[in-house]
Amino acid sequence: MSLKGTLGKWTAAVVMATTVSIGVAEAREFTIASWGGEYQKGQRDIFFAPYAKSKGMKFLEDTYLGGWAQFQAMQETKNIPWDVVQVETAEMARGCEEGLFLQLDWSKIGPKANYVSGAASECGVGVVIVSVVIAYNDDLIGADKPKTLEDFFNVKKWPGKRGLRDDPKHKLEFALMADGVPVGDVYKVLSTPAGVDRAFVKLDEVKPFLQFWKAGAQAPEWLGSGDVVMSTAYNGRVSSAQKSGRNLKMIWDRNTVYLDSWVILKDSAHIETAYGYMKYYSDPKLQAEYSMNVLPYGPSVKDAVQHIPAKVTETLPAGKNVEGAFVTGSAEGIAFWIDNLDELTERWNAWKGQ
Amino acid sequence: MASLRHAQKTGQSVLAGKLARGERARKLTALSLIAPLFLLLVCVFGVPILAVLYYSVDNPLIGKVLPQTTAAMAEWDGRALPGDAAFDAFAADAKLAYKAKTIARAALRLNYEIAGFRSMTMKAARRIHRFKGASIKEELIALDKRWGDIVYWRAIKDASASYTPRYLLAAVDLELTWGQGIVQVEENRRIYLAYLMETFWISAVVVLLCVVIGYPIAYLIATSKPAKQRILFILILIPFWTSLLVRTAAWVVLLQNQGMVNDFLIWLGITDQPFEMIFNRFGVYVAMVHILLPFMVLPVYSVMKSISTDYMRAAASLGARPFSAFLSIYLPQTIPGLGAGCLLVFVISLGFYITPALVGGRSDQMIASLIAQFALGTANWGMAAALAVVVLVCVAAIYPIYHRFAGGDRMKLN
Repeated sequence: MSLKGTLGKWTAAVVMATTVSIGVAEAREFTIASWGGEYQKGQRDIFFAPYAKSKGMKFLEDTYLGGWAQFQAMQETKNIPWDVVQVETAEMARGCEEGLFLQLDWSKIGPKANYVSGAASECGVGVVIVSVVIAYNDDLIGADKPKTLEDFFNVKKWPGKRGLRDDPKHKLEFALMADGVPVGDVYKVLSTPAGVDRAFVKLDEVKPFLQFWKAGAQAPEWLGSGDVVMSTAYNGRVSSAQKSGRNLKMIWDRNTVYLDSWVILKDSAHIETAYGYMKYYSDPKLQAEYSMNVLPYGPSVKDAVQHIPAKVTETLPAGKNVEGAFVTGSAEGIAFWIDNLDELTERWNAWKGQ
Repeated sequence: MASLRHAQKTGQSVLAGKLARGERARKLTALSLIAPLFLLLVCVFGVPILAVLYYSVDNPLIGKVLPQTTAAMAEWDGRALPGDAAFDAFAADAKLAYKAKTIARAALRLNYEIAGFRSMTMKAARRIHRFKGASIKEELIALDKRWGDIVYWRAIKDASASYTPRYLLAAVDLELTWGQGIVQVEENRRIYLAYLMETFWISAVVVLLCVVIGYPIAYLIATSKPAKQRILFILILIPFWTSLLVRTAAWVVLLQNQGMVNDFLIWLGITDQPFEMIFNRFGVYVAMVHILLPFMVLPVYSVMKSISTDYMRAAASLGARPFSAFLSIYLPQTIPGLGAGCLLVFVISLGFYITPALVGGRSDQMIASLIAQFALGTANWGMAAALAVVVLVCVAAIYPIYHRFAGGDRMKLN
């Protein structure tokens, strides 16, 4: 989840340098790394601090900025500054394969059946579900409202610029779905060269209208100011903008679902504490509280929805909204992007500049 | 007599020795005085640049993770599929690396050579310990027929060298092939040179705009009374001290469709449709010039304030019109400051990426954004280093040309 997005990353080098210098693993307290900002503050109040209090221990926090750079630094320096960290699916899979993250003993956490699909895996315990939806400004869109994924590409009916995240990952899938590929067949089509071409051809239709965002905050800002008529955006960002008075609307049709996971660093000196922490984090009531009161992301444990009013669930990546959604964490999706990320990023950058 | 001479000689050499020792001590003191500065320069500039140069060709991974395969293929000429020995060595390596969990990193490195090689390697590594037949070669090809394709073995051979030119070549849209030598990559992957040209072009325009705007400002400051000078300086320096991100964000607020500038223009009745002033090249120029203007104004000002007004008066008294006096008398004297300003602005511009990312459009991104993508996103440090080297080489190549034209020996960096 790029709550902080690429913008935050340029400080990565600095943070890396400081985390590297933090010193020996045994000497430090249990350390949790998450995505910073309002997001992490909410986690601290509902999960970190109460858990530490229940165990009568201290804990430290740090910020993870996304991507692989911080983990690569750990692999090369053998210095592990964290015990648990919240990562996206692709990094979870990579860290698991490369032996940086611990293979979990699920008997210490709880039945896998309690979690939503994909949230209980070899190395990761689901944290939260985040959706990328299409959003528009209801005040500026006109009488005819867009309703489907296809409408994002309909520049005749809704002329004007469109915001899209600057990254080929999951945008090619987005284009293929708009071109009529069923959600379940996306990777079957995309794994052929013809499928990749087809996605780019579809994107060509809106290319002159595209305006790329990097940080999650940009999309609702542009929608609010009328710089774009529609944009893909993190559902939580849209909700925050709605709360601050912007009349933005979300289209949930085939939204792109992301799952973040907690992982334990294999060389952690606090593995048992980390297991306890994961168990604590999987409490349905606490997760429901987070979704209702902090940021409107979806819970990773099934029962949490029972503690959330139906009216609220309608605005979350949960229940009906994620049925029929495009889920990014499938094994084939992860494998496709680890195999093709470099090549397709090159092609994306070339395509963008032409 | 001989002994006397000897004594004299000894005396002299003792004296010379003392002198030399004194000299040495003085030199040591002097050296120890500049040592901290020297060490700082080495640590802050020398080491990182050398490290970047090294990273752009360093390639130890495959040799370390697949040592037997590397050895078995050392003599292979790449003309026909390697024999059983190479396949057996690969199987042995893969088994060990799978247990040690190092295979995934090696597979990802192989994927740089051919997309899809990663999952092919991982699949093989997961299955290889279950192979029972006599020929690993046959079983591997039966598992995935691509193992029978020579291009994958050539890729392993390429990737197993301790040092590789691939990143540097890729950074200028070239690749090393078997048979044809160095060739351009296929068309839809040629990006780096285009980004580099775009980066240089944007930087050059920014320099030009900074000259056009900064020169008169510097002149105004240099010729104002002290009180006014102070106010002008504050106006220049306050934005200079403000965070780059804040200033860039401020331009978004000002220039967006419903921003202050457009609202004002519509209110004045100059237009009824907002102008597109941001998220395009115009926005990039505005924001970058605003950020970089002090780097032009300050060196130019420092030169201007040392120019005596007598010269211009002398020119006027000799009958020169103001414009020609400016061209032939004033301008040449400000060249050192102008040169320093241009160089500063240009070199800093080359490294911009946050600003173009925030206020630019689809085709206004600069090379540094790609470097950041590699360094921080996918952690492909070889590629990040290679692109940095290319930029470094370009700057190094431009500097002498620039030196000749702008007379860098007279250049004044304040």
